[in-house]
Amino acid sequence: MNKTGGLILKLLLVFIFFFPILWIIFSSLKPQSELFTFPLSIFPDNPTLENYREALKSGDFIRYFYNSTFVAVVSTVITITINIMAGYALSKYIFKGRDTIFFIMIATLMIPLQVILVPIFILEKNLGLLNSLWGIIIPPAATPTGIFLARQYMMTIPNSLIEAARIDGGGEWFIFHRIIVPLAKPIIATIAIFSFMWRWNDFLWPFIVIAKQKKYTLQLALANFVGQYDIDWSKLLSMTVISIIPLIIVFLIFQKYFIKGMTSGGVKY
Amino acid sequence: MKKNRMPHSSFHQLRAPLLFLAPNMLIFFIFIIIPAISGLRMSLYDWSILGGHSFTGFANYIDLIKDSSFWKSLGNTIRYVLLTVPLLTASALGVALIVSGQEKGISIFRGFYYLPTMLSFIIVGISWRWILGDEIGILNYIITSTGGETIRWLTSPAMATASLIFITVWAQTGFYMVMFVGGLQAIPDTLFEAAKIDGANKFQIFRSIKFPMIRPTMLVVLVLATINAFKAFELIFVLTKGGPGTATKFLVQSIYQVAFEEDRMGYASSMAVVLMIVIGILTFIQFRMNKKEYSNE
Repeated sequence: MNKTGGLILKLLLVFIFFFPILWIIFSSLKPQSELFTFPLSIFPDNPTLENYREALKSGDFIRYFYNSTFVAVVSTVITITINIMAGYALSKYIFKGRDTIFFIMIATLMIPLQVILVPIFILEKNLGLLNSLWGIIIPPAATPTGIFLARQYMMTIPNSLIEAARIDGGGEWFIFHRIIVPLAKPIIATIAIFSFMWRWNDFLWPFIVIAKQKKYTLQLALANFVGQYDIDWSKLLSMTVISIIPLIIVFLIFQKYFIKGMTSGGVKY
Repeated sequence: MKKNRMPHSSFHQLRAPLLFLAPNMLIFFIFIIIPAISGLRMSLYDWSILGGHSFTGFANYIDLIKDSSFWKSLGNTIRYVLLTVPLLTASALGVALIVSGQEKGISIFRGFYYLPTMLSFIIVGISWRWILGDEIGILNYIITSTGGETIRWLTSPAMATASLIFITVWAQTGFYMVMFVGGLQAIPDTLFEAAKIDGANKFQIFRSIKFPMIRPTMLVVLVLATINAFKAFELIFVLTKGGPGTATKFLVQSIYQVAFEEDRMGYASSMAVVLMIVIGILTFIQFRMNKKEYSNE
């Protein structure tokens, strides 16, 4: 394949993978009247932010956005904290049963939410977590993938640093949060990105746990919206675009990082 | 590392690591291990939220064997898996081969191909419903304005499955592409140099060097894509709701409906156990393939 042919192929693939996203963005900028009039134009003739204004005007949407943000941010903070702690314990201590614990934690991947929908619902009900955002924050916060990534990364931290700190009289917790955590920043960033994306995009957990409309996350609200008979497309499209924005921001900031992390971490799962 | 093995080094501790592990272990125990066990138990009961529960042994499983709607959704799921996984793997490998190089600007292309992977299934579903709509979609608009007939992408049984498969491939190619790119970039350059000196063409290089070298990656991708296809739910929920009729009703949706719409929690649990076994076996195979990664050495 020559150079031009290769470039054309690459651009064609950009079209295939990017056009659908671009198309909802363009459509969301069309006034309601233009959305269904033929002939269709790719670009909006009279671009407007009216649909966005409409979407943001309804207090519900703001609430869903807030719920999603709250869930994604709080869950990510918890995930980072406990996964980094676990990764440290599994890589820098020697004790009986360590490898068994690690194996069991990884083996929980065998039991995704899809196969325990029913008992999870009953458990959350019994714990009083139904219709609570905490019911979708805490259970998925412990991630085998995060533990795995943290452990792999920490195995590269030299033991001598830890030993030196112990000789200086540093306690275990002090060593963890003053020496290990600063050194683990790259892996913390990686886990943070993944966790935020997972939680922001999550549908199944809220679908099982949340029934009250006030507690809907964006994904739940969007799915509910599209399930109605008469879909208000102009509003739905703008809501969809808004709900992508946080991900795009995360993606642009961490793009280089992200693809790298994916290649090292993604291979496992 | 030898020092580590010495008894009574400062790394031999028990209390500190267990405290560090406690939060994760607690969550896994409460929200995965206990539910898994209680799911197994519930599958042996006639269990409903409204009507209480009674032990019925293997009755649910016997009913399952005779349940044509269960077989239908299992069949739908398996057909979807068997069609999606090879297409997705081929698509991801194909794209990876195009952008596995190191030339300037190539990561921008990779970024574009990766983008759909970042969207939630709900958003992927909404976007494609907008594109594939019978009356409103741009695709049918293009087809009809060039003289074709409207195609019922999501509302005719045959097309709905095909659309679903295509959209899955579209949405996940980027994820597996990244794995393949990683595998391709790990091939030592000396192999290519040697092949070039021997006068190998591009196809020969692919067949004799790239393909054998990325086989491990490909196996992981195949297993992972299979697991994910068995778990499919969200995309269907937004695109077709399992329809038209039951043409795209898959296992997870059946479990959900039996449990929460029919309030037959015990029976739904027996269906879930079937899925648990399938995913368990596949995940186990995945572990075996990655064995080296999980051991400590």
